[in-house]
This record gives sequence, C-alpha cells and structure tokens, in this order.
Amino acid sequence: MTLTQPFFQHALLAGTAIAAAAGLIGYFLVLRAQVFTGDALSHVAFTGALAALAIGVDPRLGLFVATIGVALLLGVLGRRGRPDDVAIGNVFSWILGLGVFFLTVYTTSRSAVNGNAGVSVLFGSIFGLSTSQAVTAAVIAGLVCVAVVIVARPLLFASIDEAVAAARGVPVRLLGFAFLALVGACAAVATQAVGSLLILGLLAAPAGAAQRLTDRPYRALALSAGLAILEMWAGLALSSTVPKVPPSFGILAAATAVFATAVIVGPRRMPAGAAR
Amino acid sequence: MTDLQQMWVFPFMVNAFRAGTIVAVVAAVVGWFMVLRRQSFAGHTLAVVGFPGAAGATLVGLSTTYGYFAFCVTAAVVLGLIPRVGPDADGLESALTGTIQAFLLACGFLFAALYKGLLGGVTALLFGSFLGITAMQVWVLLVVAIAVLVVLAAIGRPLLFASIDPDAAAGRGVPVRLLSMLFLVVLGAAVAGASQITGSLLVFALLVMPAATAQAITASPRLGLALSIAFAVVVTWVGLIAAYHSPYPIGFFVTTLAFAGYVLARLGRLPLRTVGAVA
Repeated sequence: MTLTQPFFQHALLAGTAIAAAAGLIGYFLVLRAQVFTGDALSHVAFTGALAALAIGVDPRLGLFVATIGVALLLGVLGRRGRPDDVAIGNVFSWILGLGVFFLTVYTTSRSAVNGNAGVSVLFGSIFGLSTSQAVTAAVIAGLVCVAVVIVARPLLFASIDEAVAAARGVPVRLLGFAFLALVGACAAVATQAVGSLLILGLLAAPAGAAQRLTDRPYRALALSAGLAILEMWAGLALSSTVPKVPPSFGILAAATAVFATAVIVGPRRMPAGAAR
Repeated sequence: MTDLQQMWVFPFMVNAFRAGTIVAVVAAVVGWFMVLRRQSFAGHTLAVVGFPGAAGATLVGLSTTYGYFAFCVTAAVVLGLIPRVGPDADGLESALTGTIQAFLLACGFLFAALYKGLLGGVTALLFGSFLGITAMQVWVLLVVAIAVLVVLAAIGRPLLFASIDPDAAAGRGVPVRLLSMLFLVVLGAAVAGASQITGSLLVFALLVMPAATAQAITASPRLGLALSIAFAVVVTWVGLIAAYHSPYPIGFFVTTLAFAGYVLARLGRLPLRTVGAVA
C-alpha cells in the first residue's frame, strides 16, 4: 500500500503545504494580473537551483536567494511595486540564459553528478523528498500561508483599488514589495514539488477557478487554497496508482481539469468593475 | 582571422549561421509587434508549447517539425479565442494563459517520461543546440520566415493602428479581433520555426530583447524595426562565434549580450526622460 510508504507520506506532507501556499499566493497574482511575474520567478528558480549546484551549496539556498532577490528587483523596475511585462520578459530571459550556463558548468565540471539534475529542477521530484526536505518545505510553505493571511486585508484593498487604498494610508508600495517577496518564496518552495516550469499551473489554475466561481474575495481566497490542496492530492493519488504518470503531470492535469470545468460550467459573472 | 576562417570549414557552422540569421530577423520583426502590443506573456507561452509538441511528435514517431507547428499554431488560436471582456478580464485571461502553458509543459514532461530515450534530449528541446542543424531545416525555416514576413507586411499598417489605439481603430472599422488572432498565429508560426534551432525556452529571448531595446531607443516604427533586426542579428552572430570557441551554450551568450544592450538602452533613456524630451 503506497499510503504507508515514507516517500508518499513525505510527498503528501510537503505537497499539501505547498499547494495551500500556491493557492493563496495565486489568488492575489490573478487578482493583481501579475501571473506573468509568477511565471518569471519560476524560471528564476531554475537558475537559482543550478547556480547553487554548480558552486556546490544546497540548491534550496540558491532557490530562495534568487527568487526573492529577483522578485524585489522586478518590483524596483516597475512602478509602485508592480512589475512591467517587457522588463520582466527581458530580465527572466537573461536569467534563464544564465541558468543554462550553470547547467553546463554543473554537468561538465563535477564528475559523477546526476546528469538529469536540470530535468528534475525543471519538472520537480516530489516523490524523491527526504524527511528533512519534506519537513522544511512544509514549514516554509506554512510560513508563507501565515504571512499571506496576515497581509490579506490590506493587500486585498490595495489590489482592488490601489488609488483609494493609497489615499486611506495603506502602504501600497511596501505591500507590493512584501507580496513579491512572498511570491518568490512560494516559487522557491514549490520548485521541489512540481518543478520550476510547472509552478505556474499551481499558481494560476486554482486561483482562476476560484475567481470564476465566487465574487467574494475571502471565499475565493479560501476556495483557491482548498482547490489547490485537493488537486495536489488527486495528482499524487493518480501517479501512485499509475506509476508511468509523473506526479507533476498528475497534479497539473487535475488543476487544469478543475479550471476548465469552472470556466465552462461556472456561473456567468459580471466583470467585477461593472458589479460594483 | 584564421580562427574565423577555420570555423567556416565546418558545414554545421555554416548552417548554424544561416539558420541563426533567419531566426534573428523573423524574431526581431515579430517581437517588435509583440512588445508594442504588450503580449510578452502570450509570446512566452507560445514559445514554450513547442516543447510538448516536439516531445509528443517524437513519442508517436513523427518529425519534431510537425509537433512544433501543430502545438504552437493551435495554442495561438486557443489564446486568440480567449474573450477579453471588461477592464477586469486581465486576471482571467492571464490565469488561462498560465494554465495552458503549465499544463502543456506538464504534457511535454509526460511524453518525455513515456518515451524513455528522449529524457536526455529534454535539455536540447528546451535550450536548443546549434550543432547538427541540417540544410533541410534551414530551408523549412526560410520558407516559414518568408511566409511570416509576407503576412506581417500585408497586415502591418492596420496591426500597428490596432496595437497603438485599439478603440480608435475599431471605431474606424479596423477588424481588431481578427488582426489580433492573425498576429497570434503569425507569432506561433515564427516561434515554431525558431524553436527548432534555439529551443523552446530561448526563442523568447530573441523575441523580446532586441525589440524592447529598439523601442527604448526610438518610437518610430521603421527605425525601430531596423534597429531590432540589426541588434538581433549581431547578438546571434556574436553568440554563435563565442559558443563555438567556448564550452558554454549559445543561449547564455545570446541572452547576456542582448540583456546588456537592453540595460544600456534603458539607462541611456533615463536622462532624456527626466528632461521630458521623450514622451
């Protein structure tokens, strides 16, 4: 029975916490129309992990330094802590190029290394987590969740009506940066589960579905996290029953199916601007 | 100089230069419109869906060329069908784009996992390789490039109008939606052609960087397009030469050079902007 095997329990523990964090962060990414930022940071995660491997330190260190650092940099390049899409495109293309450089350095300079390191960073290896890796991932993802819940109220206000929020004394710019740092941390921790190329799905799909299903911000926020967790479980279950299916694909397939259903059969909502 | 001459002895380098030049010109022109229309996210998504296309084609035993075109062009049509309603549709549109991108990449990973022999080739599909480009590939690339450029030349003027002021263009009877769809398909075709050489992840660099640099320097379409092309071609050539002489991949050199150019152009613009000379 797979349920009792340690690798599956590790995946379940880390996966659940990561999904919750991605669901919460993703809701704000979609609300703020910053999904592209999440995409860019996921590519930065690739470079961060490989840079760390190339110089011989824990890849997780590289992940967090790179994603949070670039998240803040993107905020500086944009206005009011909101990145601009052309600047994002330029920055992450370059960083991706840097990632290939580190991949070459890593695979050519260190003998007897795992030749598929690049592939596993890109697509994740949630079934390969050790106990300590799973616990660390769960703790960090949990902290991201707590931080999102703490800033949720002002961040919601600042995301929906930035000008009014600023006039009422909400520190819009600071919130923008804090949020970007959280997106960076979330991208870093999610890389281990679904890989740097696929994080985007975990960020965008549950949040998009939740927004489609309800107008109420807090309900949508909770729904987004809930859907992400269920999709994570469904994906893990699928790939443990059908071993040929990689877990990352199972998770993404579940997330996409839920989003597609929500778009097709969900209630026809008025555009939020017209409803208010 | 003898070094450069030596390089030309190898047919694969000659093919690499031919293919690289074609890719650079097409990417620079299509990218210029993409940057103008702020469709970088869509462009990036179209670029990466070539990967599952190629992996899927390999799995069923077809040439990767078919996979690239089938996936990139189909994805372009799907993205073009996503309705843009109301000012708040941005969130849903980007959520859909992101989900399509991540799901198709996951499919690519599944195909690669099912076809065991491909796993080592994943990196090549994603990051490209300038070695081993065949003369056949160069011909396919040339045909695609000419088709893309002809279509763009035909729709260039109305597309420019629709990109700069969609409301006014729609008011004057320009078919904005149709143009938007056509442009995405052209983008998809350009990307599919280029991905075979540069890999799915790096074609986007050639789309966005030269174009963004050119637009930071000038607002004039003619001059901008010319600058974008010149910059893309120079960056590709220098990247090829550097990659030939070093153990590091071409993608690193191309992106680093192009990014340096972009940063310089942006920095050069700052003093102008402060005096208000540039709108």
